[in-house]
Amino acid sequence: MRLVIKNGRVIDPSQSLDEVTNLYITRGRIAGIGSDAPEGFTADQEVDATGKWILPGLVDLQARLGEPGSHYAGSIASETKAAVAGGITSICCPPDTSPVNDSQAVTELLQRRARQAATAFVMPIGALTQGLKGERLSNIHSLKQAGCVAVSQANTPIQNPLTLKNTLAYSSTQDLVVMLRCEDQAIKNGGVAHSGPVSSRLGLPEISASAETVALARDLILVEESGIKAHFSQLSCARSVEMIAEAKKRGLNITCDVAIHQLHLSEMDVLGFNSLFHVSPPLRSMQDKHALLAGVKSGIIDAVVSDHTPLAKDDKLLPFGESMPGISGLETLLPLLLKLVQDNGLDLLTAIRCVTQAPAEILGVQKGTLKPNSSADLSIINPEGVWTLSPETMVSAGQNSPFHGWEFVGQVEQTFFQGRPVFRSAQEAKR
Amino acid sequence: MSKLAGPNIQLNELGKLHHFLTLEGLKHHHLTEILDTAESFINPNTKEIKKVPVLRGKTIMNLFFEPSTRTRTTFEIAEKRLSADVESLDIQTSATKKGESLLDTLWNLQAMQTDMFVIRHAQSGAAQFFSQHVAPHVHVLNAGDGQHAHPTQAMLDMFTIRKHKGDVFDLKVAIVGDVLHSRVVRSQIQALSILEAREIRVVGPKTLMPENPEALGVHVYHDMEEGIKDVDVIIMVRLQNERMTSALIPSEKEFFKLYGLTEARLALAKPDAIVMHPGPINRGVEIESAVADGPQSVILEQVTYGIAVRMAVMSIIMSNAAQLSQHRAEKEAAQASLDLEDPQNTAPPTEANT
Repeated sequence: MRLVIKNGRVIDPSQSLDEVTNLYITRGRIAGIGSDAPEGFTADQEVDATGKWILPGLVDLQARLGEPGSHYAGSIASETKAAVAGGITSICCPPDTSPVNDSQAVTELLQRRARQAATAFVMPIGALTQGLKGERLSNIHSLKQAGCVAVSQANTPIQNPLTLKNTLAYSSTQDLVVMLRCEDQAIKNGGVAHSGPVSSRLGLPEISASAETVALARDLILVEESGIKAHFSQLSCARSVEMIAEAKKRGLNITCDVAIHQLHLSEMDVLGFNSLFHVSPPLRSMQDKHALLAGVKSGIIDAVVSDHTPLAKDDKLLPFGESMPGISGLETLLPLLLKLVQDNGLDLLTAIRCVTQAPAEILGVQKGTLKPNSSADLSIINPEGVWTLSPETMVSAGQNSPFHGWEFVGQVEQTFFQGRPVFRSAQEAKR
Repeated sequence: MSKLAGPNIQLNELGKLHHFLTLEGLKHHHLTEILDTAESFINPNTKEIKKVPVLRGKTIMNLFFEPSTRTRTTFEIAEKRLSADVESLDIQTSATKKGESLLDTLWNLQAMQTDMFVIRHAQSGAAQFFSQHVAPHVHVLNAGDGQHAHPTQAMLDMFTIRKHKGDVFDLKVAIVGDVLHSRVVRSQIQALSILEAREIRVVGPKTLMPENPEALGVHVYHDMEEGIKDVDVIIMVRLQNERMTSALIPSEKEFFKLYGLTEARLALAKPDAIVMHPGPINRGVEIESAVADGPQSVILEQVTYGIAVRMAVMSIIMSNAAQLSQHRAEKEAAQASLDLEDPQNTAPPTEANT
């Protein structure tokens, strides 16, 4: 099956490419880009993409797929469908499944289910410690052999500094990315909202910025000591961005990401006690939000993630502090990024790099690119398509989004995974 | 699900109280109405609170997800003095309980023809949460939610102040103790600022103050002598035992040394200053017995006034509901008569009519 997508604006940061041209696909792989077809290429099918954008399939470093276990809503089948509806074709799923992904068996199960669904590429992240308890090391080598691309503690960081020190030393010889989320549980102390004017007014138990920065400072020192390549997940504070910048300047081999909702929302959104705004780490101050966006613009923050957490309705139908934190975010990652391009002066190529080239390089995988011979994972975007997010039209099994009612400009029309169409928008399907 | 008009979800479309969840967003006239109504329930000569038939035939359910003796008791007494049918439930709840069962509980009790829920819950925002899920004709009264609000307690404090000072306007008030964890203090601050107190001070160690007290519109003092100097009202807040175990303060003894209200310290306030405490008091921790039992203490009066103030809130909410349905009926009648005058809008006569 040979496919040519003609006259689209091809935007691929991995090749510093942004031009109107043709894209050729042979047997699920990119055959070439340019006005002339590669030698010997004859198209079986043509797609006219005049006026449209062609993006590499997005790479999401953190999205929960609902399997295994009943902790989260959905399944690999439903959530990979949601991913491709949002232009995402490669997904890292964190180990906070049930049972925890700390074994080859769970890793293999995830991959098998993903192959069956055949909608997107699923990259399991293994647990750094057994059961994510932060005590005993997982069989990290075996996890890597089984196909884990990274190891992490998901949302339950190791609290004991000696355990972390040993974990990093052991992992440093396993050639796997270690992903760290920084949160000091003692300082967090059961808090549910950023400690600021809003939590003071509402009397919500507070999480001060130091819950993140104290843990980050400790982790940076231990990472430097072990010499390991580490990735810091879901920063939420202005001070954290400064600390990462400083550490990078010192030459540490580190990268970091931010969840897309942190670039749009702030503590002010918590004022109505709406549990849809309950996330972890919490929505912080406007100043933090601005610093995080500045970090994305300057490149100090390498990647942007959805932190997709699909939840059943009941998990949010509780008073704020008792509700489960998290946002169903696969379908809004790209739209919210484009909004920052439209409204907040974020450069388009930088925005796309944060969800393609950058996360792929962090993992060391050939994804998020349209380079010849890479997997033909891509999406066609109508840059003028205007749409509104609503629970009825969400594909994910989790409808827990605080962005319902938001109007977006730029709509995913079609997504291809390994050269096969895996998503068509409702408008596109009608044609 | 009840959807209420206006930015403040506790007000109905006429701008009157439908629920009573927090004092935030209420106007001076809302608070004055509560205080004046409470006054009307107290016999000026005997100080006795009479039983009145205001809520006869109405069912009030007291839902306590968190234990309480005094608040629950005064609510029950207030409800009975209003001649309502009263049912009280203590619901032990685990923090991880599923929403289903929490709301199912509410809806089941609602189906028993409950007109009003009085709810206490350990989570901030819980009263608002419940108010968003009850039927439109059912009212929710917040009897304390987490560290967020305890509006009836704040109103009885305002009532007590008014009784002694004539008005809250222009007074200097100091609130001493654990401001951070106190829902009572948050509501007191809102009440005092709505009623235009001249200055609201909070006094206590930094560990018991929220990180952004300015957001509450108060002046912070860490020195007790400075904090209560020349004030008209001193409100002492109860110190919980768990504050010691979480390293917020070293000991009751040291707390008393720094912030305990003694006769010597009380002398720094205005000579006619009153001393209040939402109770139960820790003698020798927040307050010296000589002060608690002294002539300037109004602590026990607060308890009595609590009954009248809670009666006032409940009767106002129920009479607002009656007023609203009358308003709607009149509006419908007016619309119907308009429809009759306009021949185009007149529905064709049905067979039954001809």
